[in-house]
Parts: sequence; C-alpha cells; structure tokens
Amino acid sequence: MNKRNKNIKDIVNPNQLLSRFNPRGFGALKFLLEKEFKQILRNKFLIRVIIFLPLIALSLLPMVANFEIKNNNLAVIDNDHSPSSSLFIRKIVSSGHFHLVSVRQNYNDALNDIEQDRADVILEIPAFFEKDLMTTYSAQVNVTANAVNAVKGALGSGYLMQIIHNFSNDLRSRFMAGNSKIQTPAFEIVPRYDFNPYLEYKFSMIPAIIMMILGMISGFLPALNIVGEKEKGTIEQMNVTPVGRFPVILSKLIPYWIIGFIVLTICFIVVWIIYDMVSVGGYLEIYLFATVFVLAFSGLGLIISNYANTIQQAMYLMFFFVINFIFLSGLYTPISSTPEWVQTMSLFSPLRYMIEALRSIYLKGSHFGDLWTKFAALVGFAVFFNLWAILSYRKKA
Amino acid sequence: MTNIQESEWAVKCEKLSKTYKPDIQALKNIDLKVSPHQIFGIIGPDGAGKTTLFRILTTLILADEGKAEVMGCDVVTEYEKIRRNIGYMPGRFSLYQDLTVEENLKFFASVFGTTIEENYDLIKSIYQQIEPFKNRRAGQLSGGMKQKLALSCALIHKPKLLILDEPTTGVDPVSRKEFWEMLRQLKEEGITILVSTAYMDEASLCDAIALILDGEFLKIDTPENIVRQFEPTLYSIRSLQRSKLLTDLRGLPAIDSCYAFGESTHATVIHNQISPEALKKYLSEKGHTDLEVVPIAPTVEDCFMELSKQMHQN
Repeated sequence: MNKRNKNIKDIVNPNQLLSRFNPRGFGALKFLLEKEFKQILRNKFLIRVIIFLPLIALSLLPMVANFEIKNNNLAVIDNDHSPSSSLFIRKIVSSGHFHLVSVRQNYNDALNDIEQDRADVILEIPAFFEKDLMTTYSAQVNVTANAVNAVKGALGSGYLMQIIHNFSNDLRSRFMAGNSKIQTPAFEIVPRYDFNPYLEYKFSMIPAIIMMILGMISGFLPALNIVGEKEKGTIEQMNVTPVGRFPVILSKLIPYWIIGFIVLTICFIVVWIIYDMVSVGGYLEIYLFATVFVLAFSGLGLIISNYANTIQQAMYLMFFFVINFIFLSGLYTPISSTPEWVQTMSLFSPLRYMIEALRSIYLKGSHFGDLWTKFAALVGFAVFFNLWAILSYRKKA
Repeated sequence: MTNIQESEWAVKCEKLSKTYKPDIQALKNIDLKVSPHQIFGIIGPDGAGKTTLFRILTTLILADEGKAEVMGCDVVTEYEKIRRNIGYMPGRFSLYQDLTVEENLKFFASVFGTTIEENYDLIKSIYQQIEPFKNRRAGQLSGGMKQKLALSCALIHKPKLLILDEPTTGVDPVSRKEFWEMLRQLKEEGITILVSTAYMDEASLCDAIALILDGEFLKIDTPENIVRQFEPTLYSIRSLQRSKLLTDLRGLPAIDSCYAFGESTHATVIHNQISPEALKKYLSEKGHTDLEVVPIAPTVEDCFMELSKQMHQN
C-alpha cells in the first residue's frame, strides 16, 4: 500500500530511460533493420518476385520491345505471270521480311485475306508488267498495307517499297547498261550506325529496362511496405513507441536500396551472359547515377505512401506514375519525334534522364562530364520528391 | 486513493474536442480525471468516441481543442515522455504477424531500449502461458493467445499507464474472465489501467468508470455509485410473445422506458406508479402468456440506458 502513497512523479522518471538509450535517435535503427530483413527474407513470395521479375523482364522484353518488322504476311496478285514478275516475287520473299501466304486471282480476294487477318500487305502486279518494263522502262505495282497496327503497316509497306526500288535499280543496270538515256543513281547511301552498328533495338532497350526494374524495386517496394503497415495497423503500434519517424522510414528504405543494387548487379551479369553486352563506359558512373535515381524514386514512393491509406490506392497511383514516366522517358519511342508539348512534359519524367544517361554510358561510353546536366536533373528530382515526402509526412502526423 | 493531490492524475482532460471531416464530432468538450493505481473503464457503444479519446491520449492524433495530460505530461509538447511510459494495446491486433512470438516481444523490448530479461517478472504470469509457442508466428496464434502476446508487448517496457482499447471485443467468455484477472494483477503491481469496452457487464470489474455516448460522458463515478443513483423502479419481464411485448409496454403511460435485455425485457417505472401484479394483469389482458414480472436491482447497463435516454431528452 506504500506504493500508492508515492507521488506519481517519483514513479515516473522520464529521464531514466533517456540516459541509457535514445530511441528517437538512430540507436533503434539497428533493431528496426534487423526486423525488416527478417520479414523480407521470410516473405518467400517477395523474394521470388525480386529475383524472377528482372530475369524474365530482361530475357523477354528486349525481344518484344523491338520495332523491326519481320514475318509480314504477303498476299500477291500476279496478273502478268512473266519471268520478271516471278523474279520480283522471289526477291521480295527472300528478303526475310515477308512471308508469302497467298496468291490470288483478283484484288478482292486478296483484300479478303487482309480482312480475315491472313495477310498484312497486298502486292498487285499488273498485266504487261514485264512488257512495260522493257518498252517504257517503267512499270507500276500496287501496294496495299493493313494499318490497323500503324507501325507494322507503315514499316511493312516501307520495306516493300525499298525492295521494289532495289529491284528496279537492278533491272536498270542489267537491261539498260550502256543506254545513256537512263540515269543510274549518281550516289549510293551507305549508312553507318554508330554505337549500335546492326541497329539492334535490344541494345538500346536493355539499359532502359534495367533502370525500370531498379526504380520499381527501390522506389515502390518500400512504399508498399509502409502502406501495408498502415493497412494492418502495425504502424500505429510503432508510433506509440519512442522511436522517431526518421529511423522507421530509413529502416524501410535501406533494405530495398540494398536489394535494388544487388538486383542491378545481377542484371548486368545476366545481360552479359545472355546478350554478351557489357558497358562501354564505366560502371562506377552507372552506379553513381543509379544512386541518385533510386533516391528520387524512393522519395516519390514515400509521397505516395503518405497519401495512400490502402495498398490498392498506392498500387493504382504507382501504376499511373510508372506508365507516364515510361512513355515520357523515350524508352519506346524517341522523345524528339513527339509533339512539342509532350517533349516539355517529358522533362518531368526522371526516368528520361536516367535512361538517356545509362544509354550513353552503356553504349557510347560517355563520361560524367558529358552527362552532368542529366545528373543535376536527377539530383533535383531526388531533392524535390524527398522534401515533398517530408513535408507531407509532417502534415499528416 | 487517499493522499493523492489534485495535480497528480494519471490522465487529465479538459474540454477536449475532436471533429473528423466533414462534421462528425467524435468528442465534445469532455473533461476527465483518472486517479493512478486503479482500473478505469471507459464504457460505451461502438462509435461513442472511445478510440478517438485513446488515440489522443497515446499521442497518435491531436485534439482540435482542449488540453490533455498523461501522468502530468502534455500530450502535445511532451509526447516523447508519454510514449516512453505508456503501454498501448489498440483494438485491432497490431503486432507483426510474420514474426514469431518471441521476436515480437524482443523487438518491442529493443525499441524501448530494454530487454525481455529486465522486465520479465512483470509479464511472467502472462507470457508463461504463451511461451510454449514462442517460435510460432504471431499470425498463427489463436485469438486469446494473440491478446496475451499483445498485452505482453505493451508491458515489456514496464509502463506506468496501460491503455487498452476494447481488449475483450471478440474474445470468448472464459478468456475475457482470465483477461480481467490479469488486469487486476497488473493493478497490484502499481500500473494504472485505462480500458475501454462496449460490454456493460465488465463495468463492475473496474474501480471507476466513465459512461460515454456520442462523444460525451454521461457519468463518471464508481460502478457502485452509478448503480446506487438509479432512481426509477426496474422490472424484468418475460413473456412468450416477446416481439409484441415492447409495443404493449410502450402503450402504458406508467412505463417510462423499456428495452430488450438479453432473454428478458427491462422496463423502468417512475415512482412505483404500477405494481408488478398490475403490470402482469395488464399484459395478460393483452394476450401474453407465461408471464414473469420481477422487480430487480439495476445494472450498469440499465443506468446507461436511463442516462442516454435523459441525454436524448435534453
């Protein structure tokens, strides 16, 4: 009963704990990190996703994200049936870009092939094709392409035009040699593609895909983790402890930063094994850029985690940002060919700077000095996002 | 509760208000004083404002108006001191389900800068019951065991004040009884316990209670005093025609109020205006069979019904 007579201030000595250990500081970070790692390592599903997502993305996406049009299905209407017309058709098929799927008697039948999705391009060779060629030195062919898939249609007919052009050049030189009336082209264009000599799309896609993966792991997984704790109510139990917010948030970020860089390294190794592709520039620069990029993305993730109350909301917001960042980043299509206002919008995609920088380093071997503007932009994003995250966190607390 | 001076309250609230957007007033100007070393119950139905009050006291949210002190520390300016010295068990199980029993306990000990060993004696009697399962993940525990783990975690840093938000909601009657037994032991250790519940029958297990409804306190007193202050006469009525009973009772002017109470129906009568016999006669004329009308002593729930009726009349 003596206990009851004590003044409560004697019993409560708030400084008693303070002297030994300051949980508001970063002393608690060790325990928090220990807990996070335990949870992550125990989450079999997450580990699998972290490992398999980059592997599948890297082995599948570069093959898919490719604008080279192969295997165009071709329907042919040969009204001439001459040696020249059959040579012409053979030439087209042997280019590798076209599959001859049908030979029709009239244009309507061929058009039907397009409607039934059997053919992508129609080539109609008129009667007297050979005769016209021989007598007037010119002949007309009719090319019709299915443009439901605009890229495929345009490129398909483009390839076909090119083959026709080559064919007519061939014919000219073969039949008209010495005929001064016909002009052969005065010069021939032989393009040289720097840094990617065979114009392989995958070489410019891979660095971009790697950055996308890094952004997702280091930016969005910690945010989802925080929102998850909000949803489960466990964050509340943490908030009544003396542990400060900075250690709590850092304990969420650090594990995913580490995982992100491990995955980044794995990606480089995978790319080297599968595609025999190594960076022309320095890896040190890549990691430096990646660090700032990761900071920016985790800042964005934190902002989202501050505003979202459920994982569903957070996922949807992230989906929105990722889709827009990707399409504005120049990952699939060159920014310079978009309308001007879209080009302005693309300045707000951190992914753009990162992808441009990584492509330059990886393919061109650019140095930091060449890329400092992009680096500065990324630093700007990192500062902006993290400041916003801190401010919005205070407001909600 | 002698010798404790006015200023030494475990919890002191003055004119505390909290409004949620758009216009839900969860707490309306409430005043509360809780003396240390007792079990203090906040009793009221869901949505009365119990959790809001606790979230303010545990420094999780800020009140719009008013002042609150926990063990003499202001909830706004001295929240760090409060967090060090209270144990909070939210209404929903909020420990890490993917960590084991032992890991949870260890973790919460470490974030408070202490160890399990240091305060083992305090949680011993509770923790021993779940210790055989210490390597099991918290998510795989039964409801009763989860609750014991949550209580152990809330106690591991030897708090001076334990705040429990509806700890017995959704818990079976045997575990509920056990739980209140644990609370009584903790009180003996000198810990002040602030507990909320929607179960009126748990009121008598508290040293003092505050009845809360719609963000306002109806009454703050000991359960005994609250029951003693109940003025009207109370009858417990049973009939085979239960569904009809309430309508028939309400048709009688002598009946002040009536409400279902478990298996039976309780009716209050002002100043003995009608005797049990007369009431029985009236009801049998209305066609009720197997009638039973017994005058009974009021419980806290009857007091709550009476007080809430008075509040609505005002």
